Amino acid sequence: MAAGILVFAEHHQGKPTRAAWEALAAGQRLAADLGLSLTAVALGVELSPLLAELARTKLDEVIALESPTLEVYTPEGFTSAVFQLIEARQPRLIIFSHTYQARDFAPRLAARRGRALISDCLSYRREGERLILIRPVFQGKFCAETEFVGEPPYFVSFQAGSFREDSVEAGAVPARVTHQAVTLAADTIRTRPGEVFREAKQAVDLSQAKAIVAVGRGIKGPENLELARKLAEALGAELGASRPICDNGWLSMDRQIGSSGQTVAPNLYLALGISGAIQHLVGMKGSRTVVAINKDKEAPIFEVATYGIVGDLFEIVPPLIEEIIKAKSA
Amino acid sequence: MKIAVCLKQVPARDGVLRLNADSTWVREDDVSFEINEPDIYALEEALRLKEKEGGEVVVCTLGPERAAQALKEALAKGADRAIHLHDPAFQNLDAYATARALAAAIRQAAPDLVLTGLQADDDGFAQTGVILAEMLGWAHSTIIMEIQAQERALKAKRELEGGWFQWIEIPLPAVLTIQSGINKPRYATLKGILAAKTKPLQRLGWKELGLDEEALKPRQKITKVFVPPKSGKVEWLEGTPREIAQRLADKLKNEARVI
Ligand SMILES: Cc1cc2nc3c(=O)[nH]c(=O)nc-3n(C[C@@H](O)[C@H](O)[C@H](O)COP(=O)(O)OP(=O)(O)OC[C@H]3O[C@@H](n4cnc5c(N)ncnc54)[C@H](O)[C@@H]3O)c2cc1C
Ligand SMILES: Cc1cc2nc3c(=O)[nH]c(=O)nc-3n(C[C@H](O)[C@H](O)[C@H](O)COP(=O)(O)OP(=O)(O)OC[C@H]3O[C@@H](n4cnc5c(N)ncnc54)[C@H](O)[C@@H]3O)c2cc1C
Repeated sequence: MAAGILVFAEHHQGKPTRAAWEALAAGQRLAADLGLSLTAVALGVELSPLLAELARTKLDEVIALESPTLEVYTPEGFTSAVFQLIEARQPRLIIFSHTYQARDFAPRLAARRGRALISDCLSYRREGERLILIRPVFQGKFCAETEFVGEPPYFVSFQAGSFREDSVEAGAVPARVTHQAVTLAADTIRTRPGEVFREAKQAVDLSQAKAIVAVGRGIKGPENLELARKLAEALGAELGASRPICDNGWLSMDRQIGSSGQTVAPNLYLALGISGAIQHLVGMKGSRTVVAINKDKEAPIFEVATYGIVGDLFEIVPPLIEEIIKAKSA
Repeated sequence: MKIAVCLKQVPARDGVLRLNADSTWVREDDVSFEINEPDIYALEEALRLKEKEGGEVVVCTLGPERAAQALKEALAKGADRAIHLHDPAFQNLDAYATARALAAAIRQAAPDLVLTGLQADDDGFAQTGVILAEMLGWAHSTIIMEIQAQERALKAKRELEGGWFQWIEIPLPAVLTIQSGINKPRYATLKGILAAKTKPLQRLGWKELGLDEEALKPRQKITKVFVPPKSGKVEWLEGTPREIAQRLADKLKNEARVI
């Protein structure tokens, strides 16, 4: 039986990641909509508990590609192993979550098969035989409907949060588990990965902050940070930032919020001149009350805002500091 | 070390973008263009490696006439020569075909290392560098935050999710995709701008690159671009700055109860 849809199940030391469940949720929906079978694949060593966990969900088969060469992730190892599986099973659609790992090897895998990967998708739509994928362009300011041209297999990755991990359906009976041997010559692996590590302990822990004033590129220059600092002081808030502010060295890295920085969930998140790129939003969307001040009404940050203010932050923040001090003492 | 850097020109960040008449892309006639941000960091990293290790920096772009400006900027910053892939056949290529064309040019230039940005700010496929590595048959790594040159190899620091990193060793030739923030990019000096005028800028079309129609045929296509629907939960606060400030302070105190 042709595999139909193949879902790549990312895991961390044998535990499926949230990204794996989200990819599986996408796979289940697509399998139902397109009338295709569903298979999940995991790579590594000693995968049994992981396989059992995956097999309890609604799918047809779970495949383990087990090899000592695959114990530690390398792009060459993962590309070769999944490529062999695709050649053997001829799936129509291969689904990933758009994680750092998928970014690292999925384009290479698709290119080896001579096919396209439509990456970072938000959703899909079926129109007769056409599969239309919706993905953000211009940093989320627009969306593009994108389609494959030519023969399958088709490769797709979905952005974090596009499908909910808790929407994964349980199966009526455990799915079949297949262990597939992969032969990888050791010399196909050219990159040598070291241990993963964190930089020296962070001095600032924003994850516990009750209130955060976060600044983005709209602040223009480091000389204007004082304004944000005064606002933070008035609110009793910590100062946070979008990535470019830390890249520029205007604030230290440990104040960066987002996918490559800290994840925060304060009661109040006040975003000054932040556009709201997905990599920023994933780090702060758990905040209870979000205030966004941005001069562009179309900025994606307003999608997650409780209160939205369209305007120049340099005109709004000075009176805001005064009003907050007044309100607090009243 | 001979290093090639792939630069893409994208619409300037703070410009106002409008959809074109048939809603398939943005109107390009009324936007200004700039070098994709991570690509600026990739160029800087290449220049620093050259300054330390010796060698040459070749910059390469695929794009229409306007894209030559990106190359001139890179030459002014210190790149040694530039290649402009320019041909009517190069319009609206997908990431696969773009990488095909870039790979053909890079094979001719024969560098030890290719640096690209990790993703383009406009389409954001985050694929071109990785596909390029596959086509060249070279090792690659992505989202790089530091590079140390070694004998015929590099040590590179990969950024992972949530503040984690990993050093990897990678043999040359290789392709690395560079993350913003890896360094502090320089500005072009007047001297650099003048020097750039005499540096070679080569133009290559598909014939010179030995490409055929098969190589450039699309594997995916964008059929429609639209403004994302708004979920509309936001409460807009309007008025003069003072009025807005009063309203917000009131909301924060009495509605959200956070002050
Ligand atoms: C009018 C128009 C129509 C388009 N229609 C389609 C379409 O139908 N289907 C489709 O798939 N795409 C389409 N595109 C986009 C396409 O040309 C992309 O540029 C291409 O797919 C590369 O993907 P990316 O820009 O997302 O690059 P990414 O993969 O995100 O870029 C990563 C890195 O690769 C390098 N790079 C990327 N592109 C270039 C380049 N041109 N020159 C030099 N270096 C580069 C840069 O270093 C960049 O940082 C269209 C573009 C335009 C302007
Ligand atoms: C792999 C990867 C990981 C990443 N990780 C992170 C991360 O962890 N955190 C993160 O933040 N980003 C991250 N990014 C970067 C992210 O994609 C965006 O580029 C970044 O978040 C944009 O920052 P910004 O909103 O400050 O800047 P911009 O997008 O440039 O937005 C600036 C905003 O300020 C507004 N503005 C300008 N002037 C004014 C004014 N006077 N008054 C009011 N508003 C004004 C503008 O309208 C605009 O909306 C990552 C990217 C990648 C590819």
